Amino acid sequence: MPELCDLTAHELVAKLKARDITAVEILESTFRRIDAVEGRAPSTGETAPRPSAPHPDDARKAHAYISIQRERAMERAKAIDALIARGEDPGPLAGAPLSVKDIFCVEGTPSTAGSKMLESFIAPYTATPVERLERAGAVLVGKANLDEYAYGSSNESSAFQPAPRNPWDLTRVPGGSSGGSAVSVAAGEAVVSIGTDTAGSIRQPAAFCGVVGVKPTYGRVSRYGLIAFGSSLDCPGPITRDVRDAALMLNVMSGADTYGDSTAAHIPVPDFTTQLDEGVKGLRIGLSPDYFRIRYPDAQTGELRDTEITPEIKQAVLAAAQKLAQAGAEIIENVPMPNTHLAIPAYFVVSRVEAASNLHRFDGVKYGYRTRAPVNDLREMYQKTRAEAFGLQPKLRILMGLYVSGAQYAKQYYQRALRVRTLIRRDFEAAFDPHGPYRCDVLLTPTTPTTAFEIGAVYGDSVLMQYADLLTVPANHAGTPGISVPCGLDSNGLPIGLQILANDWDEATMLRVAAAYEQWTASERWRQARPRLLEH
Amino acid sequence: MPDEITPELFAHLVELAALELTPEESEYLRKQLNGQLKAIHELERIPVPDDVPPAAHGVTYPSPIRPALRADETRPCHDAEKILKQAPEVEEGYFVVPEIPHEEL
Repeated sequence: MPELCDLTAHELVAKLKARDITAVEILESTFRRIDAVEGRAPSTGETAPRPSAPHPDDARKAHAYISIQRERAMERAKAIDALIARGEDPGPLAGAPLSVKDIFCVEGTPSTAGSKMLESFIAPYTATPVERLERAGAVLVGKANLDEYAYGSSNESSAFQPAPRNPWDLTRVPGGSSGGSAVSVAAGEAVVSIGTDTAGSIRQPAAFCGVVGVKPTYGRVSRYGLIAFGSSLDCPGPITRDVRDAALMLNVMSGADTYGDSTAAHIPVPDFTTQLDEGVKGLRIGLSPDYFRIRYPDAQTGELRDTEITPEIKQAVLAAAQKLAQAGAEIIENVPMPNTHLAIPAYFVVSRVEAASNLHRFDGVKYGYRTRAPVNDLREMYQKTRAEAFGLQPKLRILMGLYVSGAQYAKQYYQRALRVRTLIRRDFEAAFDPHGPYRCDVLLTPTTPTTAFEIGAVYGDSVLMQYADLLTVPANHAGTPGISVPCGLDSNGLPIGLQILANDWDEATMLRVAAAYEQWTASERWRQARPRLLEH
Repeated sequence: MPDEITPELFAHLVELAALELTPEESEYLRKQLNGQLKAIHELERIPVPDDVPPAAHGVTYPSPIRPALRADETRPCHDAEKILKQAPEVEEGYFVVPEIPHEEL
């Protein structure tokens, strides 16, 4: 008999509305799980992540959260039970324990972005998508760990250590940057989570942790209250245990803000759940060789070379395509996406310029950290503050952003990267063009080039780390939506992610294909497997 | 390929960025920057026709769905104290900073 914290949000809401359970019972179940698997609270005292944990217990725990808001959560759960007792509608996500990537401001909570710079920052307001999830009845349990300012693909770079570990194999990373979010959902320390995806930061950790992660269309979800990384790339989105929960969350999170927010598009939000049971009959599903043969740095020499993707991952994706064909979809092979291999090089430029620009606000004046060292003037205060409170990744991004956008280099680097971005976008336009030769409804690709790697194996090599996002970042350049759903386990028992990419604003078709795949494979044996963290 | 970001250029960038680095940090960061630049040079291996415009973001935003810019109006903050409490140093409602560098005219 599964614990309440292991169910999906839609299962919990149904039981809650039938008055079989209470929101307080759901929350207590989640707290029991947190007590069992979470481990000690992280701190900024220990800077470098290390594979062998300094505390013997650390290597056996999940470490999903930076902070846990027990009292706030219990108040909310009681309020939901009171609503139900009065016969009122508690909302479509009533009682669902929610973890929030700690890059969203939530009023009254520490909102740290995983950085020492914001360790003492208590947000004075709540980010729009989080506010909407809470209004829909979700119960915020805690703020999940992440790579510092979301700069990473392993969650190792957080200033708050110990960093999250992969619940399927605690010697491996959970992915990142929304690592704590994915871990919390995989380990039952939350039922749903909200993360952000700038190059794959929702889809990649979802793939590594065996859960569902959605990057919506750029502009579908408001970024109001999000601590910005790459403003032209950032997308808030859900991390869940199944596709229906992702659709339910997206229903709530999406749409323009009412009070003058300029980050979400004014486009109607459909009910993303209505097509989930429609199957894939008649849909055209594309496969592109450019997502299976990739240009990737050699782990030893660092030289870029053309290589086949991990065979087990390729097989899993092709098997998924075959199943969707059996379910009635038409598979379109050889869809060219020729600029895919340029997505990381272009991202190295675009994201660094935007990150450097966004990091300038952290200066030790209005909020956050300020050096305690004696200083002679303002400039020295900036220097010492930033030296002491930024980790290596923010420093690296500031320097690269300044270099590639500098007056004498901007044409060679920044302008060229933005024009290559147009070419990447055109690959998607051609694949989805309803009058073109391919006319794809969605593309089917692997989410990641490898399954979860070992802690410490890549960290420190900023080039190799960035290439972990090779297959997810093209959609961030293009602005188009993508989802990662579990599609099996590799020979080490690690989850493999299947990525489904769709056209602008067509999350509905993407979710429909994902749900069809989930239903078609519901009885497969690998779906019975549970993360090793939960086995004892 | 020789390093493109020389120690001199690196020192200039650090100055521009208002950072202060230890020698170990500098060595590591400069090496990483040059490694990333090697990847960035991939962008030069394909021709980009002159008529390809830069993309500020991927999704095209025709005007009906384009989010409007917020009107540039002041809005009263009802709890200024809460905002000011976040600041490292405040005096009588002002942020306090060290001496601002200036030159005598």
